[in-house]
Amino acid sequence: MTLQGWILISVFVGMLLALTKPTGAWLFALYEGRPTLLHAVIGPVETGFYRLAGIDPSEEQGWRRYAMHMLIFNAILMLFTYAVLRLQAFLPWNQQHLANLPEHLAANTAISFTTNTNWQSYSGESTMSNLSQMLGLTIHNFLSAATGIALAFALFRGFARRPSPDKAPATIGNFWADATRITLYLLLPISIAYALVLIASGVPQTLAATVDLHTLEGARQTLAVGPVASQEAIKMLGTNGGGFFNANSAHPFENPTALTNLVEMLSIFLIGFGLTWTFGRAVGNTRQGWAILSAMVLIFLAGVALCYAQEAAGNPVLHHLGVAGPNMEGKEVRFGAAASALFAVVTTAASCGAVNAMHDSFTALGGLVPLFNIQLGEVVVGGVGAGIYGFLLFAILAVFVAGLMVGRTPEYVGKKIETREVKLAVLAIAVLPLVILGFTSLSCVLQQGLAGPLNKGPHGFAEILYAFTSAVGNNGSAFAGLTAATPYYDGMLGMAMWIGRFFIIVPMLAIAGSLAAKKYTPTSAGSFPTTGPLWVGLLVGVVLILGGLTFLPSLALGPVADHLAMIRGQLF
Amino acid sequence: MGNDFITALRPAIVMTILFALLLGIGYPLTMTGIGQAIFPEQANGSLVRDANGSVIGSTVIGESFTSDRYFDTRPSAAGKGYDGLASSGSNYGPTSRALADRVRADVAKAHNAGISTIPADLVTASGSGLDPDLSPAAAYAQAPRVARVRRLSVTQVRALIGAQTARPIAGFLGEERVNVLALNLALDRLGTH
Repeated sequence: MTLQGWILISVFVGMLLALTKPTGAWLFALYEGRPTLLHAVIGPVETGFYRLAGIDPSEEQGWRRYAMHMLIFNAILMLFTYAVLRLQAFLPWNQQHLANLPEHLAANTAISFTTNTNWQSYSGESTMSNLSQMLGLTIHNFLSAATGIALAFALFRGFARRPSPDKAPATIGNFWADATRITLYLLLPISIAYALVLIASGVPQTLAATVDLHTLEGARQTLAVGPVASQEAIKMLGTNGGGFFNANSAHPFENPTALTNLVEMLSIFLIGFGLTWTFGRAVGNTRQGWAILSAMVLIFLAGVALCYAQEAAGNPVLHHLGVAGPNMEGKEVRFGAAASALFAVVTTAASCGAVNAMHDSFTALGGLVPLFNIQLGEVVVGGVGAGIYGFLLFAILAVFVAGLMVGRTPEYVGKKIETREVKLAVLAIAVLPLVILGFTSLSCVLQQGLAGPLNKGPHGFAEILYAFTSAVGNNGSAFAGLTAATPYYDGMLGMAMWIGRFFIIVPMLAIAGSLAAKKYTPTSAGSFPTTGPLWVGLLVGVVLILGGLTFLPSLALGPVADHLAMIRGQLF
Repeated sequence: MGNDFITALRPAIVMTILFALLLGIGYPLTMTGIGQAIFPEQANGSLVRDANGSVIGSTVIGESFTSDRYFDTRPSAAGKGYDGLASSGSNYGPTSRALADRVRADVAKAHNAGISTIPADLVTASGSGLDPDLSPAAAYAQAPRVARVRRLSVTQVRALIGAQTARPIAGFLGEERVNVLALNLALDRLGTH
């Protein structure tokens, strides 16, 4: 590890902390539906959309209606992308004459982008036409992110709202208004400015598909280009992670310089950090938000330290062959060990899944950190919206656990936590281990599953485990040696992504509905304090124990066994 | 529930169409228009041309070099090497025998070329397979060979590497690195004087 590396990490975290309140305040305006500075310009577009779609943005929805409208919208978006991918050969802007995607690949990709996973079974530059990238994929980068943030708003309202005195049914906002405002006033304006920065730094933005050239030595080389910058900006900002190219943000056309790399990392965390502030503000005490953010940052920094230390130390197998220095297999020179390790921990702490280095080629423990981050449930900052609502499920369990330990009344930010909320939270959290471990085990006994891994030995097992972890966690990064573009893996991973997104969302919205109907309980001597170091410590403990412990045996079989083999020099 | 389903259909279908037009067509096309107008070089791939105007590469993308007269780029797992249509890393894990065998062969080659201490990036495949850079150490390691083939002094070649080395922005952002295409072009210019 170098001083330069740690300066980068400190500057990165410092910049985000400085951006947390401004971003959170902007989000809070959207949460409340207040006009922002941009309303003069974008307002007419918003109103026009509502009018054409027959939406009354002021109509308050109960949790069931909010959930149903969100689900139907996402289902239609998914079918739309499936259609675009299945028909791409007949559609314009397909200069390379790429074929229609086969059913399993189109379905997997459509689910993948709808669920904000952006797992890529395909290789962008040789599979997707420019139109498919724009119309089929970029649109989801916006709307799956907007959906996630809208859902977080809904849960915030559950905590923040007081039941009306006339006993009207409890409501949690209007899905259409939330999703539309977030897209138009937050995601789109930032993406436009961001894409310009990327273009200026060397990210292509053209409707051409390829550039043919003869190298300095006269050999032929064809470079894939396209509307990359517009896709890249929202891919990071919306924690989507689906790259224009197969190599994702390691590709110099997606991430050409150390500066774009820093901006890309910042944009992965920006909204997630901001939402913690928005939550605090929504429930009337920003210290509640800072407490959550502190717990997230602590777990994040522990991951960075381990991953960076391992990658900087390098692979003893290669040292033994006379190669000096850090582990550079799968890494770019312009990023080196520090910026590659940091990126890997950021992208998996958030459910982004973009990569600037190949996680499959990380050292065994360096690769364990991204895997474990996702297994925690993508709550260490997490995907936009999904991170904070996932984390709040853990907060509900934490006050429950605290209540059991010290005999306090379980309540959180003024709402009593009762059996129904705890049951629903456990239901949502239990989905992860069930599907990750269940599907991984199945793949380890089926021929179609065993055909997948590139690497042998414990690392091969880790490739399968990582794939299902990434799918259920809606991350989308991979130990990419796994050959996943098969009907078996496309199908299983597609299912895992769908379950991992919506089987958490529905119980979470049910909690929001149930909380919204509860009366406000002011803090008393009997309440467990939910700000301050004790609470932060408890949150970290609950996330690690309830979220992480289930996975330890699987980690022992994969990365830990791989590490022991690596230091002994045993090869597979 | 049934009512919720029916009331969702119209907004869901109409919003899908409207957002598809705005985000899937309008946004990328607008960015293409602005990008092509303000930053045409970068927007088209930062292409490098020779004296005749033919494209010979990109400032941000690596290409392969086979001749001893040029500095080599890193091993590449993109297709058969630096394939711009097949970006990829090797995805070999840390205990992969295939990785160890490949590195062993490259180490042997480097030893034959007179390189004793081997910098990591010289024998490892990058994440994209299109890495345009080398670490300064990996470039200096090749300097004696390039100098010999070109009948230049090693000092001259080392000075060229020093001049082509990019340093971290603000002292912490980015690793020290040398763009191999730029270095080789500078080498060619040196030869013609």
